[in-house]
Amino acid sequence: MKFDVRKFGLGLAAPALAIVVALVLTSLILLAAGDPVLAVWQVLFKAPLPRQAVAIVNEASVLYLSAVAVAIGFKMNLFNIGVDGQYRIASFMAAVFAGAHFLPGWLNIIVSIIIAMASGAIWAAIAGVLKVGRGVSEVISTIMLNYIATYFVAYLLKGAAVKIEGSNATSTQVLAEDSRVPGINLEGLLGTGREVYGLVFLSIAVGILFWFILSKTRFGFDLRATGQSESAAVASGVNVKRMVVVAMILSGAVAGLVGMPLLFGQDYAYGDTVQAGLGFAGISVALLGRNHPVGMAVSALVWGYLNQLSNGLQISAGVSDRLVLIIQGIIVLSVVIAYEVVRRAGLRMEQSRVARELDARSTLEPKGATA
Amino acid sequence: MATAVEPAAAAAGAGGEPLAVELKGITKRFPGVVANKDIALDVRAGTIHAIVGENGAGKSTLMKILYGVQAPDEGTIAINGATVELKSPTEAIRAGIGMVFQHFMLADNLTVLENVVLGAENLHGIGEAARTRIREISAEYGLRVEPDALVSDLGVGDRQRIEILKVLYRGARILILDEPTAVLVPQEVTELFEHLRELKAEGLTVIFISHKLDEVLSVADDITVIRRGTTVAAVDPKDVSARQLAELMVGSELPSPQTEESTVTDEVRLTLEGIDLAGHGTARKILDGIDLVIHAGEIVGIAGVEGNGQAELVEVVMGMRRPTSGRVLLGDTDITEAGVRQIREAGVGYIPEDRHRHGLLLEAPLWENMILGHQTQAPNVRGPLIDAKAAKAETERVVEQFDVRTPSILVTAGSLSGGNQQKLIVGREMSHTPRVLLAAHPTRGVDVGAQAAIWDLIKAARRDGMGVLLISADLEELVGLSDTIRVILRGRLSGEFDPNVVTREELGAAMTGAAAAGEEEAR
Repeated sequence: MKFDVRKFGLGLAAPALAIVVALVLTSLILLAAGDPVLAVWQVLFKAPLPRQAVAIVNEASVLYLSAVAVAIGFKMNLFNIGVDGQYRIASFMAAVFAGAHFLPGWLNIIVSIIIAMASGAIWAAIAGVLKVGRGVSEVISTIMLNYIATYFVAYLLKGAAVKIEGSNATSTQVLAEDSRVPGINLEGLLGTGREVYGLVFLSIAVGILFWFILSKTRFGFDLRATGQSESAAVASGVNVKRMVVVAMILSGAVAGLVGMPLLFGQDYAYGDTVQAGLGFAGISVALLGRNHPVGMAVSALVWGYLNQLSNGLQISAGVSDRLVLIIQGIIVLSVVIAYEVVRRAGLRMEQSRVARELDARSTLEPKGATA
Repeated sequence: MATAVEPAAAAAGAGGEPLAVELKGITKRFPGVVANKDIALDVRAGTIHAIVGENGAGKSTLMKILYGVQAPDEGTIAINGATVELKSPTEAIRAGIGMVFQHFMLADNLTVLENVVLGAENLHGIGEAARTRIREISAEYGLRVEPDALVSDLGVGDRQRIEILKVLYRGARILILDEPTAVLVPQEVTELFEHLRELKAEGLTVIFISHKLDEVLSVADDITVIRRGTTVAAVDPKDVSARQLAELMVGSELPSPQTEESTVTDEVRLTLEGIDLAGHGTARKILDGIDLVIHAGEIVGIAGVEGNGQAELVEVVMGMRRPTSGRVLLGDTDITEAGVRQIREAGVGYIPEDRHRHGLLLEAPLWENMILGHQTQAPNVRGPLIDAKAAKAETERVVEQFDVRTPSILVTAGSLSGGNQQKLIVGREMSHTPRVLLAAHPTRGVDVGAQAAIWDLIKAARRDGMGVLLISADLEELVGLSDTIRVILRGRLSGEFDPNVVTREELGAAMTGAAAAGEEEAR
């Protein structure tokens, strides 16, 4: 396979442009607010400490799952905003099941993960069925389902919670030692006791599967075709309605995995302190990573990096760590604009290149045209 | 009337009166292509001036420049002797230039009056004054436009007259008509020409774009020929024949769709039995009792004015719509309830009417487009996996065999010209040797070279024993290729016409439902 340098360059141009724009705009905001611009960048561009590096990888592994869930929808023009609700439902169900310890050790973990995927898939399927059957926009229904999921889980948690002595926190039964996924200790390598989630391999596996299914299988071809032109997909024999439901189910199943590294590698229970907003962060990561399996991995790491290094902002620069949310917001906005600009430029460039090459060929032809 | 005016107009032009439109050295480049190159055009005031050229020759770009939609890179425009710069249609209208587009820009749910005043409210308001003005213009030019009629109730010919009235209402003295006859049946064309002569008699200038030569010869006072983006000749219609004009247009001999001897067999390939398709609500049926049989080696042509059910007929056969009643049989197999994929797998090839919407993924590479529509068929897949290597090899072969001009099979489909996109689609469908081929407007918007190639391919398909359903608005194409012609009107099929003996007028009459001749034959 020939490596297309131009395509690769165009692919990188947009995110690079977006990040530069975000840096400039953020500097302007800092200036306007009278905050120390230089100090902020010094904090944010410091090389992460070993402990932070591990935290970045951990956060990225979670964000990546969320991004893949969103990207499955994006690939066929479905906007699954409901990853947030889907992973809440899924994490809760998995935590309840795993906490009951019906099964021993690894089997408990595997079955719980499957339950998480199924719960996320069912929750997402509601939106898919509503869209196909009743024409309800998935954007609206998934937003609504997020609210329902939040309060539904809070309600169920009341019933499923176990009291812990000396704590106000409500949470499901804590997992036994043998139902936890051990972390990867990098003490020798990095000199930190902090461990990388064992389920980082789950994220990697999901990424590979995502790439394989989309670009190598018939199903993936149908899905991409539907995303590129629904009318052409219909004419080519794709059952678009079925495709919408299937894509939502797949997206929901992956969304169901989002909470798994946290459940089995850090929290060991589902409680009211569980991390929220991972689904929305996934949308940003998928946008920045262009729904590309490797691109999203890089952008998940960028996101994790910004989040981790923002912790030092308050202490070292006297600026609220919320600044990072502004930076991330600007990155997403600029990335959406930049991709469109770069995409159109790419199409134009190719059109003129094809015309030029054909022109060149037709002027050459007369010499050998006798054949 | 026309003959009475002509000498006067000619004399006026010769007598030093400034030209209505004078273009000099107009050049317009798009990335990688020169759309117009050193165009020179002189249009005498008070004449009908035809601009002819094949599809893609640059006529539309030229007219967009004249109407201020695009600015030329080089060259000058002079209107009535004064050099102008037209930066927008608004400025063109102010200079007295009006454009009637090929695709009408009318809102169906508004009345004629509302459509006419839309965007020109400051001329005569939106009330009685405007209504009076419309009646005046209508009477003056014999346009027979009723201001309070609802546009959705009107036919194509009426709509075109409203478009003409719209530009007159805005004060245009120079009218550009972009392929005005493309949507009309022969009788309506005659009527349109009457109106154009009427406009000329009132001293207006008409610029008329077409690639239909006999029409041009019958109505134009002057003809300018465009080829490959530049003006190659300015001729007097009295001095040239259609043949000569065609050769000027193409630069060589014009191809024509001639059928060879009949290859029709008695093996039935596709049967439609009593197909009904209900419209929305209480509207009349979109398809009404369609019966049709196509044999192996037979091309059945469907003529008709657009919007009479052609598109829906194709969608029913392809499984994209379910008929309300009736059966579709492929050979002996009932495919009425089958899905698109099953129908394609069973051997139905499909050249869609709108290749951008239904035939291609414009942002995907050519080799992925070769898979489209054949996702389950060899050589594109191995089990549930896409066989990219085989699909690419197949694409290379099709590009070679069907003469698709492209530098590589890795470029996106959107970067090819219309003709090459169409050749790719035809090649894709042919390479799976379908039993039945549905070809909807297969040569629409492609250049003459590609058109001839596509005609050859369809003829080859027929020789190989395919059954072909050919839907077209181009009567020449239908007559040239078909073994049998049927006319569709308001969802009903007429009886069979023999393309060897039928005249354009007979077909035109059947297309509008004007004459009983077609009906008699049908029953």
